[in-house]
Order: sequence, then structure tokens, then C-alpha cells
Amino acid sequence: MAGLAASFGSGAMTNSIGEVEKADAIFVTGSNTTEAHPVIGSMIKKAARNGANLVVADPREIELSKEADLAVQQKPGTDIALLNGLMHVIIKEGLHDEEYIKNRTEGFEAVKETLEEYTPEKVEEITGVKAEDIVELAKLYASADTAAIYYSMGMTQHKSGTDNVLTVANLAMLTGNVGKEGGGVNPLRGQNNVQGACDLGGLATVYPGYQAVEDPEAKAKFEKAWGVDELNPNNGLTVVEMVNAAGEGDVKGLYVLGENPMISDPDQHHVEEALKATEFLIVQDIFLTETAELADVVFPAACFAEKDGTFTNSERRVQRINKAVEAPGEAKADWKVFCELAKRLGFEMDYDSEAEIMDEIVEVTPIYGGISYDRIANEELQWPCPDKDHPGTKFLHEGEFAHGKGKFHVTKHIAPIESADDEYPYIMMTGRMLYHFHGGSMTRRSAAVDAYESDAYVEINCDDAVKLDIEDGDRVKVTSRRGEVETYARVVDIVQEGEIFMPFHYAESPANRLTNGDELDPKAKIPELKVTAVKVEKV
Amino acid sequence: MGTITVTIDGQQVEVDQQATLLDAANKVDIEIPTLCYHPDLTLHGSCRICVVEDAESGNLLASCATPVTDGMKIKTITDKVIEARKMNLELLLSDHPNDCMTCEADGACDLQELVYEYDVSEPSFGLMEEGKFEVKNENPFIEFDSNKCILCGKCVRVDNEVQCSGAIDFIERGFSSKVAVPFDQDLGADFSSCVFCGQCVEMCPTGALTYKPAKGQGREYELEKVETTCPYCGVGCQIELQVKDNKIVQVGSIYDEDHPNPVGETCVKGRFAYDFVDHPERLTKPLIKKDGEFEEVSWDEALDYTAQKLGKIKEEDGGEAIAGLTSARCSNEENYIFQKFMRGALGTNSVDHCARL
Repeated sequence: MAGLAASFGSGAMTNSIGEVEKADAIFVTGSNTTEAHPVIGSMIKKAARNGANLVVADPREIELSKEADLAVQQKPGTDIALLNGLMHVIIKEGLHDEEYIKNRTEGFEAVKETLEEYTPEKVEEITGVKAEDIVELAKLYASADTAAIYYSMGMTQHKSGTDNVLTVANLAMLTGNVGKEGGGVNPLRGQNNVQGACDLGGLATVYPGYQAVEDPEAKAKFEKAWGVDELNPNNGLTVVEMVNAAGEGDVKGLYVLGENPMISDPDQHHVEEALKATEFLIVQDIFLTETAELADVVFPAACFAEKDGTFTNSERRVQRINKAVEAPGEAKADWKVFCELAKRLGFEMDYDSEAEIMDEIVEVTPIYGGISYDRIANEELQWPCPDKDHPGTKFLHEGEFAHGKGKFHVTKHIAPIESADDEYPYIMMTGRMLYHFHGGSMTRRSAAVDAYESDAYVEINCDDAVKLDIEDGDRVKVTSRRGEVETYARVVDIVQEGEIFMPFHYAESPANRLTNGDELDPKAKIPELKVTAVKVEKV
Repeated sequence: MGTITVTIDGQQVEVDQQATLLDAANKVDIEIPTLCYHPDLTLHGSCRICVVEDAESGNLLASCATPVTDGMKIKTITDKVIEARKMNLELLLSDHPNDCMTCEADGACDLQELVYEYDVSEPSFGLMEEGKFEVKNENPFIEFDSNKCILCGKCVRVDNEVQCSGAIDFIERGFSSKVAVPFDQDLGADFSSCVFCGQCVEMCPTGALTYKPAKGQGREYELEKVETTCPYCGVGCQIELQVKDNKIVQVGSIYDEDHPNPVGETCVKGRFAYDFVDHPERLTKPLIKKDGEFEEVSWDEALDYTAQKLGKIKEEDGGEAIAGLTSARCSNEENYIFQKFMRGALGTNSVDHCARL
């Protein structure tokens, strides 16, 4: 999100899900939409069948590739080169929107200069995508009146993740596709309330509503609102940094709420050591997860069906959850636990209901300013919704960007941290599959889906499988510089030779035991989960 | 677009030129029964339950598929209409088993309701004596009993037009006609592109398509229905939890054009991955690790202990020695309160979550 915030002034999906059907061209890259966001995946298929140009760039031949007018498979970690190549072609063909660039953006000239060297031929060398396909893809995207880009973690989970996103934003601005219905740059959020967690201050650098903690005015505002003499003026640590700091003893108390970093974070051995070394670890969850096993205190939490509240979806829409069943035993809604702890620490937080908390959120969070439980009972509201008469915002940046002019950023291809070599000759990507979710603590305990997809697996290209003497269903061992995992082989033709894909949902074969958490994207602090050098052997 | 006026049961209705007789009737709240019609799907016009009578010619017209023409006069309830609807129901029943007592769809079956309403107690052509199709139910999600299928095709259309999976279609001809997956296998079998979104089950007007995990768990009219937001990915599908005795029995669709999933779409997770909610491994009491083993303790003990530990770290090492991972799984209200607690009570900005993972 750091990337989009830098380009447009706001880090969120610019347009709404329903606008899929209004696009003349749809470019999907780094999102296996039919498996990770299946309902949007179906909408994209429908739009393509109704005549929209669908173009897909993904290292794997995903389901949408088969629906596409053109699908290309770039090598993992070469997205900037590919996108710059597309822009090179668009400018050369005169398909860019000069008027839009002049009136609504800045920084184009420097980008234009950089793009000169990204000829289709050079980009073919870096990405493995044929030069003529690069030209064709550029035309399919840029010749449409309204073109939308959809991406997800395939774009962000790289050392160059932020620059990848900046490059996506460049492409959309180059063709004048930001700030109009049906177009835009649309990062699909992987979890039900990632958007809400970001919106409401679940980030180390901002208070609710993206108000910087280092901004003295924002600090003063929250000190007053919360009745605190002095809030901390410094940015805090981000997820991978805080786990590292806990391991090193710089962080002594770590509170983990409804997350399972043992499965979802890179380099499992390292995470485990860090959490074991943490002086005081609190875990609040619905199950005794792999992370909770390491805790000093575990609080039992109520799940989504056992409490009231709101989630904010990927398109910034604030929606209700409603209590349907009672929580088991003494499990409590999470917020009640924080209020009890705060009281014991001499900080009064007292609320009768979730609606009352929302009323306070609205007071201090300008983008949520017009939201209330009463309104969302009858209206669909997407932020920004600054006041109670505001109808919400279906797409962002109409007429003007959130911070004035859209900013082009110069980006250049950066090689991934790891590359294939003699010892680790394959590149492993991680990601999701349709039937399971994230760390698996919910879906692995749901009988029907776990009965249907019960075993972990790794996808291996059929030609590689022949070389390695591996057949479909064989047990294989995958080893990286950080560890090894045994799993079942799926011999497929949807990954390219030299590449493998492993879903990360399975605790018994944890893909994240292999991934690299050392070197983060310098701005967004995202680990490079999509490119890990590994070797593969039959067991 | 121009409008034209038609008369339905004596009421004048002004509708768009593209409207059907059914649209016109709906506009003035005149109810016409349907089986194969759904407003979000293309027209099929196969069940002929929605027939109405043209007052001038006396012809019976399928109201869902007949476009209005100017000055048309329509009667929706005449002896002829009722006779025709009854006959259609009798024909459907002649090829339908009579097992409502044990059928999963009892109480939620459109066919059952119409047979009751039109009092077709002794169908002229009898009932299906013996099942002629094999029930397909090897997959863990959906049971497919073609014997109960009335070939309305709503499942085929939602699969092909909304879900776009192309998993099912009609095969064979005449009395052997059925809806099937390729090679007449089970849903989800080797050559099946079914992804178990369950939208076909939601559309099915009879008990031909039912949810396997909900089997025997409760009748439609016993279920309490609660609208909520799906807890999985960021699409934010609106779903209906159907609950009996404090247990989620099944997940239903909500059809609302303003929702992110306007045609009641969900994926297999939203539809079927809910039994973690009452899984026996759910945590039910606070735990404190004592000598390497977890021990169940009271809330007061766990809260006092935690507050005292955090307070001590804050006092000795400062708030920055405390960090918290908030959760993209939790609500807005909880995320807000968590960061307020970390920042306000403990003095740290080290609050983050897995947006990056």
C-alpha cells in the first residue's frame, strides 16, 4: 500500500468490485483471482466473455490465463521489467494519454527517459516473455477506453514490492485510467478485514485514518481524544521487524491477536526461535494455534459469528457482522479483553457496545466520518465518507488525486534476492489455493473442505518431473537455505520449467519454513515470499 | 426507451418496451408462480407454471418469456390458467418421487409448495415409482439426485452465466434428460470443473441439489437466519448464516444488487468452511503456562497476571519494549480498540498486522 499511497495519495483499491463489468480491458497480474478472490474471479471471466479484453501476466498459467485474450508467463521477480516494457511500447505506439499526463500528473518526463531502454527485446531477455507478446499485451490494455488493473500479493511479496506497485500505478496513469469508473488500480485484499485493520491504525506508522504518528498535530489530536498526556512520537516496528526484535530481546512483551506467524511469516525456524525467546508472549485466538503453543498466556476469543461489529472490504465498504451463535465456554469478543487489561493498567476504556466504539472511531477518523451502524443498516457506504450526508465513494481520484497530482516514479528492474544455482536449481513461489485459507486454522478444521483437499502439495512442471524421476502423488522433499519440507508432488503444466509452487496453508508441510525473511522490501517491509531458491528430490 | 401500457387483471400498468408480462405483473404486485425463472439469469421458459391468459385470443402465454405489446389485456387467474398450471404440475409429478417426508428440501421446495397450493393430491399420471438415476454424492459438499430434478435449468444457468465454471449442463434426451457433469461423473470428479460455490443448490427449486453437511440438521423453517459478512477473503460477500440450536447448519445466499456479491455468489470457503466455529478444539478458557504446561485459569487471574507483566515491562524498559500484532481477521472496532490500548495504555506504536503477508 506504500506504493499506491506515494503515487495517488491513498493506498486502497481505487474502484469498486461491481465495476469489473464496466471495463473494456482488464489486466490481471500477480493475482490468482479465481482461487484467492473467487467471486471477483468469476466476475472477470464474465466480463471477458462479454467482450472485455482480458490480459494476464502471471508466472503460472492460472485459470484466468485460459480465459484471456493474451496471457504471458514472466519469470518470478521480473514484474518491473515487464511493466516498463509495456509502457515502452505504449509510448512508442502513441497510445498514452498525453492530456491526462499533462493535467493530472507529475514526474512523467523522468519515467519516460528510463523507459527508453526497456525495449521488448531487452524485456524478453529479463522476463522470458516473447517480444511480440509484450507488444500485443500493451496494445490490448492501452487501446481500451477504460482499462482496469487487478493485482494482489504476486506483485507485492517481493524485495521490489513497493517499486512493483509504483510501476503498476505508472502504467495506469500513463493511459489515463485512474479516477474513472470501471478503470483504476485494484489491489485485492487477501483477508476479510485487512483494509479495516489498516484504516483503523493497525499499522506502526499511523493512527486511525492514516494520520501519521510522527505528525505532532495528529499526536495532539489523539492525546486529547484518548485523554493521554503523552503519546509515543516515534514510528513503531512492523510485523517482521517486531518478531526479530522479540527474538533479540529488544521487545520483551509481544501481544499476538488472531494471527499465526508460525505459519504465515517467512522463515519458520527463525520465527519459532524468536517467539520462544520472547520474554512475555500473549496470544489471543480461537484455537491453540502453532503460535499460541509458544505463548505464556492465551486468551480465548469469540469468532466472527459470535459477535457484532464491522469489516471493511477490499473496495473500502464498511459492512456489518452480526452475532448468530453464542461463543463457546468463556470465550470473549476481543475488544472486551483489551478494555479489561487497560482498566488494570490504569487507562480507562469503557464501552457498552460495538456501536459505541464505532461512534468514537467516526469522531477521530475523517475517512469514516459519516459512518454509523444506523446508516449501514440501510445504505452501502465506501470510504471516504466524511460526513453523515455523504453518500460514500465508489471510485477514488475523480478529477483530482487525493494529494493533488498523481506522481510518476522512476523504477528499474531489480533482481530478486535469490536466484537458481547448482545447489538450489528451482525457484519456489508460494501462494493460496481455493479450498484453504491463510494459516489454515479455520479451513483445516472445517470437515468438508479438509476432506476434499486434505494434503499439502507442491506443483512441479512435467518436464522437471521426468528429470527428477517424480510422478504425480510421490512424496518429495523441498529444501531451501533455511530448511526442508516434505510434501506430495503434483505434476502439472501450469508452472514453467525450473519453477515450483507451494501453497502455504499446511502446518504439516509449511512452505514458510523455506522462505526468506532476511531482506525486506525497504519501504513496505514485505518479505520476498514469491522467490525462493530450492532443490527438489524424490523421497 | 419508450413505455407501453398493458392491462393485467383489470389494472393498467405502464412498463418498458423490453418488459415481459411477468415484469408487468410484478410491478403491480400481482403474484405469478414460477419455477424456472430467476431475475438474475437468462430466460428459459421451460416450466410453463407462469402461464397467463390473453383475454382477447384466449391463448396461454408463459409470462416470464413473453414480451409485452401495447394494449395487451392479460388475466392471471382464470379456470384455464389454473387447469394448465395443475396439468403442468401433474406432468412434473409423474416423473418425481413422492418422498417429501424424508426429502432434505421439505419446507423449502417450490414444487411442494405449488402442489399444495393447487391441491394436486391425486396426480392423474401417478408419481415416479422407482428412481431411474443414480444419486451422485461422493464429494463432501453437494448431493445431486437427478430423480428430483424438474429440468428447470436454473443450476445450469447460474453455473454458466454467473459462476462461469461450465461445470454442469443437460445431457441425453426425453425422459432420460438430466443435468450432469462431463461423463456423468460426480461433481468435483477428475474431469469436473465444479468449484463447489453452491450457487446451483441455492437456485434449485426442489431437493435435487442439496448441501451434504446440512443433511438431517434441520428443516428450513426451523433455521434462524442471520445476515453477515463472510470471514474469508477481502471481497466481503454478504452471506446468510442459517442456525439451529446454536449451530451453523448451512450458509445461504442473499440477492441484492447493491452488495459486492449481487447474485448471492460465494466460494467454497464461504459456503462450506464454517464448522470450525463449533469445533471441539475451540479455546474456551484462558490459559497460563506454568512450568512449561498450559493450565486453565479464571479470566481474573489471566487478566491480572498479564496486566502486571505488561506494566512491569513498561515501567522497566519503556513502552517501546512492547509490540502487538493486531488482526486482519478481527473487526474494525477490535482493531481500533487494540491500537488504542497499545498506544494509549502501553505507549508503543509497534502495532502491525499481516497485511504484508
